[in-house]
Amino acid sequence: MAKVILDFERPIVELEQKIADMRKYADNLDIADEIALLEEKVDQLRNSVYSNLTRWQRVQLARHPERPYTLDYIQMMTENFVELHGDRFFGDDKAIVGGFATFENQTVMFIGHQKGRDTKSNIYRNFGMPHPEGYRKALRLMRLAEKFSKPIITFLDTPGAYPGIGAEERGQAEAIARNLFEMSRLQVPIIVVIIGEGASGGALGIGVGDRILMMENTWYSVIAPESCSSILWRSWDYKEQAAEALKLTAKDLLELGVIDRIIPEPIGGAHRDPLQAAALVKKVLLEELKALKKISLTRLVQERIEKFSKMGAWKNG
Amino acid sequence: MAWFKRSKENISSENGKKDIPDGLWTKCENCGEIIHKKQLEENFYTCAKCNYHFRIGSKEYFEILLDDGTFKETEKNIRSVDPLQFVDTKPYSQRIEESMKKTGLTEAVRTGTGKINGIPIVIACMDFSFIGGSMGSVVGEKVARAVDLARKKKHPLIIISSSGGARMMEAALSLMQMAKTSAKLAQLAEARIPYISVLTDPTTGGVTASFAMLGDVHIAEPGALIGFAGPRVIRQTIGKDLPKGFQRSEFLLEKGFIDMVVHRKELKETITKLLRHFAS
Ligand SMILES: [Zn+2]
Repeated sequence: MAKVILDFERPIVELEQKIADMRKYADNLDIADEIALLEEKVDQLRNSVYSNLTRWQRVQLARHPERPYTLDYIQMMTENFVELHGDRFFGDDKAIVGGFATFENQTVMFIGHQKGRDTKSNIYRNFGMPHPEGYRKALRLMRLAEKFSKPIITFLDTPGAYPGIGAEERGQAEAIARNLFEMSRLQVPIIVVIIGEGASGGALGIGVGDRILMMENTWYSVIAPESCSSILWRSWDYKEQAAEALKLTAKDLLELGVIDRIIPEPIGGAHRDPLQAAALVKKVLLEELKALKKISLTRLVQERIEKFSKMGAWKNG
Repeated sequence: MAWFKRSKENISSENGKKDIPDGLWTKCENCGEIIHKKQLEENFYTCAKCNYHFRIGSKEYFEILLDDGTFKETEKNIRSVDPLQFVDTKPYSQRIEESMKKTGLTEAVRTGTGKINGIPIVIACMDFSFIGGSMGSVVGEKVARAVDLARKKKHPLIIISSSGGARMMEAALSLMQMAKTSAKLAQLAEARIPYISVLTDPTTGGVTASFAMLGDVHIAEPGALIGFAGPRVIRQTIGKDLPKGFQRSEFLLEKGFIDMVVHRKELKETITKLLRHFAS
């Protein structure tokens, strides 16, 4: 698969390539000083690019086709993963995956949106856009976790719930609403991690929990910047402005009280070093899980409802 | 035809084509019948000839459903702020101001208490005329407080929805109102307080995917557009025309997502019967 390089990544990747090429000949030539100089330069470049990312650039990183997806994280972080299928009513939605796995000596129910890597797998996964049966499968698995007192970890990464005829016929809205309703009162700890794109109700449909964590280069909002541009500006050309206006980055949402914590990513984004990215996610998840397990279930559910009840901004006029 | 010509000037057709007209005469969107304002009112803002339901607001619904003089509005003073300092082609704060002036409302939902044939209830009704009935923080918060009030008073809750979805200008905060209202309804359900959801034209997006679809009973008005994605988005996605009647009340009844399609003139009686069953 051809490497995908974003515009703002290009100068860095090119310089890295140049250094790698020079290294090959370093034995023969006395160019160590030159390499050291270039490495310093690439470090500076990385720092200046990645410490000043625009919101739109974050959106691009969140959608990077080489970014780790749900099954990648499960594979890198857990053992004994047993994937479970089907909503028991209609079918098995490939855009949402889930199952039990051993996560550092404890069984946890993992559920997440799943995108594909190439055209074929993207069609199979419907580009990570679930149908109602996906949300109903997720709920079925969450209830299963609750029945056996296993904590739940969900990974959000979707461009949205699928807008199609079958999806509407089978009650997309009802399926999402039902999950919000049931997740708010499930009697087990729930941790939600936004690992890529958190687009609207399609993301939130598996996104109610006790801790909402967001990876550094992801986005979460009520609408994608392109669609927002098309509706409010009546043109597809204002996606960058829309991304700015929507304040959809992890930092924004931490300030707005929508999320609890940002999970740092390897410099350049999770796709530059998936193993390190998974290690960073795992570390935070273990900390949060440990803290949540100390809270009684009654209090946990109470605090979960209170947490969402507080969200929003208004005044008494 | 002189009277007809003259009266035609009173026919309102522009902006918000389905809203109730200011003129004395109005033309039915569906069959073209010319209807006098008084007749329209007496007919619960529906067309006597074809049953077309005109879009109405909270004021009219409270009049239609509640016993005279029983409505007491709650949470009147909660106002939208502009938490993101959102600006598209105009600032969000300006949109709110303009909408308040145009509609005489303070937000896209009004809540309160009242009586339906003597039965005390808590009610919330959305106004599509206020920024497309979109759900921002204030709509979510007012609905949440109405749910809390119903739980506290142990009175049944009725919510009449009419919404284009979430309010983009409040971005993630508006999205979170879906979670908030749904969580509150879970608490209401655990307290075994009945909740009747009335879906009117149109109810789409985040409102459908939260409180509107979480009723113990779902009642829809005839011909109302009800769905998650809007028809335009679906058409763009699938690149095909949509089947006739797709996402209309009757379609949802057939697919099993609403309990009944009820003409507006029978809405009060239907709700009364249900409330009596719940209370018996
Ligand atoms: Zn008519």
